[in-house]
Amino acid sequence: MFLATFRVAVRALRRNPLRTLLTMLGIIIGVGAVIAMVSIGNGAKAQVEAQIATLGQNVLLVLSGNVTRGGFGMGFGSAGTLTKEDYEALRREIPGIAGVSPEVRGVAQIAAGNQNINTQVLGVGTDYIAIRAWPLASGVNFTEQDIRSANKVALIGKTTAQTLFGDADPVGQIIRIKSAPFTVIGALSSKGMSMMGSDQDDVVLVPYTSAMRRLTGATTFRSLTVQAASAAVVPEVQNQIIDLLRLRHRIQPGRDDDFLVRSQQEITDMATSTSRTMRQLLAAVAGISLLVGGIGVMNIMLVSVTERTREIGVRMAVGARGRDIMLQFLTEAITLSLTGGVIGVLLGVYTPDVLNAFSETTTWPALTSPDSIVLAFGVSAAVGILFGLYPAWKASQLDPIEALRYE
Amino acid sequence: MLIPESDMQTVVKLENFVKTYRTGEVEVHAVRGVTLSIAPGEFVAIMGASGSGKSTLMNTLGCLDRPTSGRYLLDGIDVSELNRDELAEIRNQKIGFVFQGFNLLARTSAIENVELPLLYNRPPVRTREQRERALQALEMVGLADRAHHQPSQLSGGQQQRVAIARALVNRPTLLLADEPTGNLDSVTSVEIMGIFQELNKRGMTVVMVTHEPDIARYCRRTLVMRDGHVISDQPVTDQLDAAVQLELLKQEHRAINLS
Repeated sequence: MFLATFRVAVRALRRNPLRTLLTMLGIIIGVGAVIAMVSIGNGAKAQVEAQIATLGQNVLLVLSGNVTRGGFGMGFGSAGTLTKEDYEALRREIPGIAGVSPEVRGVAQIAAGNQNINTQVLGVGTDYIAIRAWPLASGVNFTEQDIRSANKVALIGKTTAQTLFGDADPVGQIIRIKSAPFTVIGALSSKGMSMMGSDQDDVVLVPYTSAMRRLTGATTFRSLTVQAASAAVVPEVQNQIIDLLRLRHRIQPGRDDDFLVRSQQEITDMATSTSRTMRQLLAAVAGISLLVGGIGVMNIMLVSVTERTREIGVRMAVGARGRDIMLQFLTEAITLSLTGGVIGVLLGVYTPDVLNAFSETTTWPALTSPDSIVLAFGVSAAVGILFGLYPAWKASQLDPIEALRYE
Repeated sequence: MLIPESDMQTVVKLENFVKTYRTGEVEVHAVRGVTLSIAPGEFVAIMGASGSGKSTLMNTLGCLDRPTSGRYLLDGIDVSELNRDELAEIRNQKIGFVFQGFNLLARTSAIENVELPLLYNRPPVRTREQRERALQALEMVGLADRAHHQPSQLSGGQQQRVAIARALVNRPTLLLADEPTGNLDSVTSVEIMGIFQELNKRGMTVVMVTHEPDIARYCRRTLVMRDGHVISDQPVTDQLDAAVQLELLKQEHRAINLS
């Protein structure tokens, strides 16, 4: 009985292939969008998580204070409230800290041989690459001596090395940063994209003292990167840093901090909440397109019921009950939307690949989860039932005499 | 529910059947009290002008509609009180319909058209048995060799024969035909009447509506309706035999072709 109903439904849908296809298109696009969006969203989330992991383990960021100019906050890090003494005090006085490194940033022109590029120069301490879990591919790290003497030595990022020296080993080469000659003593391994999509490997690391004295002229730090000894002590270390810095900066109780301490967990939460909001937005868009698709199904089913009024009359005359007619049209609507759903799933699964094939600059790392496919199937079946129900009910309520007389 | 009445001698028993339609404020009295019995094996023609109530009578006999008042017993079952689903079941089991416009499903093979009523049998008929019964019905109307043709590939007469096969497939107690020859030429009309006569000879009760007196003469009893009443109910005294008439018509055609 069900098979027969299904066959009738397929025959009815094949009677008008173009119309069937156009109707399905709404569902196809809706389901395809859901799958593609969820896949890309999942992929982006996984990527963000991976990038946050590249920050290092149990990391805390201490950002210097917020400068207010004309009522506008310039963002943390804009005012240099973190000093060398703060850095040394942290190192000395908080036992839960495994490592700490200051950070000064600047963009500088770098030349080597006949190559000449603008790139980011980071002034850091000796602990920096250990905290960031960023091993050297070759060469050695700075020493405390290099820091104290503000030696002109540099660690070079993968991309920068590639640009300046090609595939040759950069260790031992001389690069000129703002025309000051620096010796490359180490080559960093690849770190990949940052959360913001910039290339973390396009960088040169120098001792912070060298950077401050020779490059930026800054006397304070933009931020400090702290590594706690273990995950368990992260909150404790965070509080100790706050207390210590408030004391050192002589901030009265009740006044705001002139710095900001962020744990890796907080950064992760922020990033995932952003991507969650994004995903919800995408899901809403996809949901609306499914709704529109469903309305298309309903529209066509209503047309189909009207067109086939006589057929309905004949079926009723030979013994079809209202519910038989209803089942038939419902089967048709569900067949329509499920077929659309299948095509949509295929489309959604392969869309990110196609996007990646055509775009050179951005990559859409897609992670298709089986539950999103199940969800899309369920939703398209539900759309079929929901929007097929009214036309099917309408068909089932026809009066056989009227239906047989219908021209 | 379906309690057989004691009176099993009639297929159709109408008692003071009245049908009134209400369209807005106006009441239309389509049938104003008809009492009628049709015994098994009868072949009845219902005649009358349009608006005489014959279609309403037909629809009620076919259980497509219920009487406003009065009683209708079909094969001993009181149909007047049944709901929509029960009426559908009665139509499925006891009635075969033949329409003027054939009403075959387009783009659907003859045999699938014939199978249509079997789809709605309860308990369901197995697919293989559906095929067999549909093929038997097509054999009865002499179209077994066209089982897989679609209606558009069949002539009008052949289409009507498929429709008759469809009406017969569930072995009904009553075969109802509404102007079955209305869309057919004279030779084909006689052929179709021949099929009805043949079925009737084998014991099938046939009731048909027609407005052609020539066609009514192939039946055995004629009812004439006017203004919602049966004004005449007579046996056909000079019944025509379709086989004989067909032979005559063919000779006539041959004569025309020769001249």
